[in-house]
Amino acid sequence: MQLHLDNFTKRFDGTAVIENLDLTVNDGEMLALLGPSGCGKSTTLLSIAGIYRADGGRILFGDRDVSNLPSQRRNVGVVFQNYALYPHMSVEENIAFPLTVGKKRPSAEEVTRRVRETAELVHIEELMARKPAQLSGGQQQRVALARAIVRRPDVLLLDEPLANLDAKLRLEMRSEIRRIQLETGITAILVTHDQVEAMSMCDRVAIMNKGEILQIDAPTQMYRAPASRFVAGFLGNPPIVFLDGQTGPAGRFEMAEGLSLPLPSRLAGMPEGQPIALGLRPEHYGAGGGASAAGRVVFVEPQGREMLFDVEAAPGIVLRSIQPVRDDVGIGDRVDWPVDTERLLAFDSEGRTL
Amino acid sequence: MMTRNFSTLPLVALLTLVSLPLMVMYGFLILDTVTDAPPGELWPDRFTLEHWRFLFDTSVVGNVWQAAGNSLILALSMMVIVLSLSTTAAYAISRLHLPYRRLFLGGILVMHAFPAVTLLIGVFFVLNFTGLYNSMIGVILVKGALMLPFGIWIMKGFYDAVPWEIEMAGVQDGASRFTVWRRLILPQVKPGLVALGVFSFLDGWGEYLLPRILAPGSEMTVLSVFLNELIAGDQLGFDFNLFKSVGVFYTLPVVLLFIIFQDRLMNIFGGGTKG
Repeated sequence: MQLHLDNFTKRFDGTAVIENLDLTVNDGEMLALLGPSGCGKSTTLLSIAGIYRADGGRILFGDRDVSNLPSQRRNVGVVFQNYALYPHMSVEENIAFPLTVGKKRPSAEEVTRRVRETAELVHIEELMARKPAQLSGGQQQRVALARAIVRRPDVLLLDEPLANLDAKLRLEMRSEIRRIQLETGITAILVTHDQVEAMSMCDRVAIMNKGEILQIDAPTQMYRAPASRFVAGFLGNPPIVFLDGQTGPAGRFEMAEGLSLPLPSRLAGMPEGQPIALGLRPEHYGAGGGASAAGRVVFVEPQGREMLFDVEAAPGIVLRSIQPVRDDVGIGDRVDWPVDTERLLAFDSEGRTL
Repeated sequence: MMTRNFSTLPLVALLTLVSLPLMVMYGFLILDTVTDAPPGELWPDRFTLEHWRFLFDTSVVGNVWQAAGNSLILALSMMVIVLSLSTTAAYAISRLHLPYRRLFLGGILVMHAFPAVTLLIGVFFVLNFTGLYNSMIGVILVKGALMLPFGIWIMKGFYDAVPWEIEMAGVQDGASRFTVWRRLILPQVKPGLVALGVFSFLDGWGEYLLPRILAPGSEMTVLSVFLNELIAGDQLGFDFNLFKSVGVFYTLPVVLLFIIFQDRLMNIFGGGTKG
């Protein structure tokens, strides 16, 4: 089912947290709301769920305006960060709960059948008799997911679903949640501050800051062509390095600290003396390209398959490079590595992409 | 289990020593109800059940079963009133957007700390005016009102400890606020309910002042008042062992309840459940 926020506004005590937000989530799509804490992503989520009332605008599920409906009548499934399982009920009772309340109640056999079906979908058939306290974090997560989808909701909302899991489980549940979402075809919104989660699980990512959506795009597209400096800085791990300087003569970029690089050819015609910032991603330094930047290695971080180098190219200016593991470079060594200038990102003084 | 980094033996020894006089006195309390000692002697010389005759012989001290019945009615009423009103009122205070919520909370705290004795004269006039003076209903209403602030405050603590997400999840699952409360929240505060129930029962069972003053009629006598009247009259040949027997009879339910519920009673002071 398509979800549509139209001019949505939410205020707390008169202060607008979100103003005139427009957002469309396509039928069967999984969309991530990504942003730093306090950016309004959770507020948006809880408003869609009906826990907060919108102060302006409309929320549409398909053609149905749910803006003024209470949570109970919106048919939204929610997975909370701490799972919010009912501790006194068994797994089976937890999953069955949404079917045993509300106006239209299916028959007992129907409930059993649907609970079993859902449990099989999320792979917890053998845990049905246990209490939540007897489950691991990942299993609790699966139960929470099962409870959220057993009613076949129009929209599935996931509020930081992986934040409470350890690293290995997080990886596993990432693909599991995506698999279940694809199998059920439920329109889903994932709220997270973790860019890796957002990019790896979702069809599209919406980056939010200060109550505004800055850019909505497919993950790869957004990574390749961020609309602003904020988006570029938010995506990518290890993060992008920004170089603040200005355009110099002959299509070059110059920094007061002494570093100079050729501008990407698409910007070669820029007039001299304009303040701009370049964004250099670690994978575009030290892996081939038309120019080079020399400096001294100040930090090396082995990551197993790859190695991360911090290179001080000018006083106070540290470039990052990620390369396949190599033993020939250590801290203190001088290096002269290529820069892929065509893939440099450039931003004007307002932070807009050039 | 915490590991101890000091020996508890000296502590246990000290506590034993300090509480020894109490133990001795309790020992003799029990012993004296089933024995007789010669005048002036400490140790009894013969076993007798004569002091327990009051259980079925009303000529000894009057009808003890009626008094026990009255005490039971008072205690059970306390339990019902405090439990039913505290669970609902505390939920409203803990979770709902009530107007004047803070004022109400402050009021409860003040009421909780207020010495009830100072209200007695006013209460007497109100009861007299409404015609509830010298009736069990009157005592129950007054005692209940005085106990409620405590109950509401305790239950609020338990409700506050239940995560909001459980409530939100219940609402998302399509349950009404009332269903959420009854099927999801109430089971989380059950330890509090049990403890508060026992506590209010014991409080009602032990109440002396209110029934004594507000319902002095003989058919309304509760056990505490009944016990007091045994020593009130300055008759000659006062039977101490009989008094002790009635005392033990009066204490037995309390001891029993405490043995059964001691772990759960401690919950009240823990202030809530975890997990």
